Amino acid sequence: MRYLPLTDADRADMLAAIGAEGIKDLYRDVPPGALLSAAVDLPAHQGEMDVERAVSAMANKNLNAAEAPSFLGAGAYRHHVPATVDAMIQRGEFLTAYTPYQPEVSQGTLQYLFEFQTQVAMIAGMEVANASMYDGATATAEAVMMAGRVAKRKKAILSGGLHPHYRDATQTIAGFHGMTPEVAAPDWQGDENLIAAIDGETACVVVQNPDFFGRVRDLTRLADACHGAGALLVVVVTEAVSLGAITAPGDMGADIVAAEGQSIGNALNYGGPTVGLFAVRQKHLRQMPGRVCGETADIDGKRGWVLTLSTREQHIRREKATSNICTNSGLCALAFSVHMTLLGETGFRQLAAINHANAVRLADKLDAMAGLEVLNDTFFNEFTVRLPKPAAGVVDDLAAKGVLGGVPVSRLYARGAHGDAMENLLLVAATECTTDDDMEALVRSLSEVL
Amino acid sequence: MADSLKTITGNRGLQLEEPLIFEQGGPGRLGVDFAEPASIKNRLGGTERTAPIGLPDLSEPQTVRHYTRISQKNYGIDSGFYPLGSCTMKHNPRLNEKLARLPGFASLHPMQPLSTVQGALELIDTCAHWLKVITGMPAVAMSPAAGAQGELCGMMAIRAALEDRGDARKRVLVPESAHGTNPATAAACGYAVDSIPANERGRVDFDALMKKLDNDVAAIMLTNPNTCGLFENDIIRIADAVHQVGAFFYCDGANLNAIMGNVRPGDLGIDCMHINLHKTFSTPHGGGGPGAGPVVLSEPLVPYAPLPFVVHGENGFDLVEHKHGAGEKSFGRLKGFHGQMGMFIRALAYMMSHGSDGLAQASADAVLNANYLLAELKDTLSPSFDGPCMHECLFDDSFLKDTGVSTLDFAKAMIDEGFHPMTMYFPLVVHGALLMEPTESETKETLDQFIAALKGLTAKAKSGDADHFHQAPRLTPWRRLDETTAARHPVLRWSPPKDEAQAAE
Repeated sequence: MRYLPLTDADRADMLAAIGAEGIKDLYRDVPPGALLSAAVDLPAHQGEMDVERAVSAMANKNLNAAEAPSFLGAGAYRHHVPATVDAMIQRGEFLTAYTPYQPEVSQGTLQYLFEFQTQVAMIAGMEVANASMYDGATATAEAVMMAGRVAKRKKAILSGGLHPHYRDATQTIAGFHGMTPEVAAPDWQGDENLIAAIDGETACVVVQNPDFFGRVRDLTRLADACHGAGALLVVVVTEAVSLGAITAPGDMGADIVAAEGQSIGNALNYGGPTVGLFAVRQKHLRQMPGRVCGETADIDGKRGWVLTLSTREQHIRREKATSNICTNSGLCALAFSVHMTLLGETGFRQLAAINHANAVRLADKLDAMAGLEVLNDTFFNEFTVRLPKPAAGVVDDLAAKGVLGGVPVSRLYARGAHGDAMENLLLVAATECTTDDDMEALVRSLSEVL
Repeated sequence: MADSLKTITGNRGLQLEEPLIFEQGGPGRLGVDFAEPASIKNRLGGTERTAPIGLPDLSEPQTVRHYTRISQKNYGIDSGFYPLGSCTMKHNPRLNEKLARLPGFASLHPMQPLSTVQGALELIDTCAHWLKVITGMPAVAMSPAAGAQGELCGMMAIRAALEDRGDARKRVLVPESAHGTNPATAAACGYAVDSIPANERGRVDFDALMKKLDNDVAAIMLTNPNTCGLFENDIIRIADAVHQVGAFFYCDGANLNAIMGNVRPGDLGIDCMHINLHKTFSTPHGGGGPGAGPVVLSEPLVPYAPLPFVVHGENGFDLVEHKHGAGEKSFGRLKGFHGQMGMFIRALAYMMSHGSDGLAQASADAVLNANYLLAELKDTLSPSFDGPCMHECLFDDSFLKDTGVSTLDFAKAMIDEGFHPMTMYFPLVVHGALLMEPTESETKETLDQFIAALKGLTAKAKSGDADHFHQAPRLTPWRRLDETTAARHPVLRWSPPKDEAQAAE
């Protein structure tokens, strides 16, 4: 077996050195009968070529979003990832290192985490960021629990414009933790009034910008209302590229920013793994969950970095920790950071401008079609279209024509929970990958299936 | 001596100094080329960004050099021996990386119609099948993002099952030797944590457990093999006793690498167990993630599994995404979308490559390597417990008594010898712990070199040369870093130098 270097001669020598008769001798603490005498019922080992053939056969059964005109968003976006990104993250020194607990031999990981934290804080308009979370949805749940610790209150108001997966993950994780998330109705019409819901029990208001239906808002008034009531404003961002075009959440008054970073440097990967971004105000630093990297110096005075503030974490605090998390999303954070380095200020803002321009052009084309209506007054690179019939069926018909036409809103909301009002709604996204041919293919196919 | 040579640049041959990206940017440089966007009237509703972000502009060659240089400051499994106990630092096959990047997986959007992702669902289902057969369990929840989230998943399923039968309960029993995530998880699920002591053999003290076990206990969280590297001999008795009072048995599967293919946790009476795909099944640790933590479940817990999950439907594979039908009693959702697909591909490639025979051989080799270290070092270091051990061996610091050398100092001297240190000061049940996990990936030659190095270092410590250890490491690009100042005065981001910031205003 190519991955196992011990030879039978090695094994015999080592057993002799141990003083064991055979390998079973080493398993003698296993209760009688529990040690298997035959192999489990699975195929035997295979060569690289055979494994590649079998797994590739499964990959080939899928229609991938890079080959088809694709307009899917809803929290995961197809963006171009420069070749440099993957070449860098596949360096074995990054790929095969553990958490940097030994800083003298981990400065590579620590330096990119420090740079990552700085990039995240900058685009979010916040003072500090952590070294990443699992994804945007879990970052949102952690933000709510953090707000509970800061405000010493239990109630969290979740906007109806929050991505339903983020809403559900927050209800589950923060709910088990003892918070009481209150969920507003799906805000597809964009007229909810969160300010009226804030009271003296409210730990935080969670609002997404652009929201799940694509709308972009100035959150300044909401932030003021939160602060006036002693609550925190948590701003969720599912499309990190938008931060290149829109005023940063921190500049609108956010106290915590929880975001999905997949759009920068990371492939779609059928939704995972991705990378959660988490940024906060300096004054709340010690209530922030997750790993953080900090600057220091070695005994010769040379600048370097270490994991720090670990007294918040589970391996020190155990049941009193701020979170049970013990990993970040290291390699995805590296991919984010390499891509962001390539983009820089200039490229990041250009990328955002192209995304927005393509979405505006697409929205105008769709809005001009008979029977279609773009609901959004504002948007970044994604918007909601009302179709003349249920969107789920339309999307299936489009897929049969090789076009991935968008995400039916109904897929994200439990059947029957909110009546039929959302059955005809379709989320449509455009990015820098969207070509004129793609847009034409969508318009043509839509007119055929409607 | 070569290490006293001062250079003009601060570089030292192949060891190249590298500033932060923020110290290398220059206006006019670009790392990407975009076409001009089409001219449009913006629809941002007055929220357009006006303030500069502050990101540096670098070219592509600078970027490649930056990350190449900093990567060279890292120690990885690819570089050398990484016997970090409890972390299973085994070889990461590159085939896994190649397959995860197949466009038919990497470019799949999670919200595509199910008719266009049948191969992806088949892969998840196939990976699940291997995990179920290896563990001897009837079901597996695939979506948890990491081991710690897997723990959360298991404990939430337990709480949902208990509440469903109107018997919420308040306490969770956790052995002293447990990973910190266990008590943190129990607390995150709203339970009070009650600690169980270890006995003199490094196992759970069965009598002490029985005294704490009553019908207010929701679950026990037990790692097996445990964090001392020992198989819990009483595990079946413990499972029976736990079930007797109507509680559940959460098994921490961090150490599955010791037993895969040789012992099925399902035969030991467990109710749920998370599997760290990044440990046992070789998905890369990546400097701290991403991980993946699928959780196998016993029949009583299956109805409460998290959303979403794959089922066999009439027209192929189907995905249950909402709380109705098969998902009616689900405790809810743990993360966005469907789990760590990229990790399922890698883990499946690893399992298929090994096959049932190779998996059993791999765990046997891991156990053999650890016992070899224990046998060869037992007269030099101080083993905490009698053998045999499982896939990792534990020592305490009594061999360093009166030398003036601590476990930490000893570990730092190992770095100068070219090894990554073992896990230190964990588990908490022995003083100054040194926990070594060699994995099946190492040759006997590597182990022999390691053994010789530890014997040499021990002799040096006992000869009174404490200074050698206090000064270590000396041969790394950085020497010991000041962690106290880092925590006391946290600097978590780069900020522009003061005069530059003022000039910008």
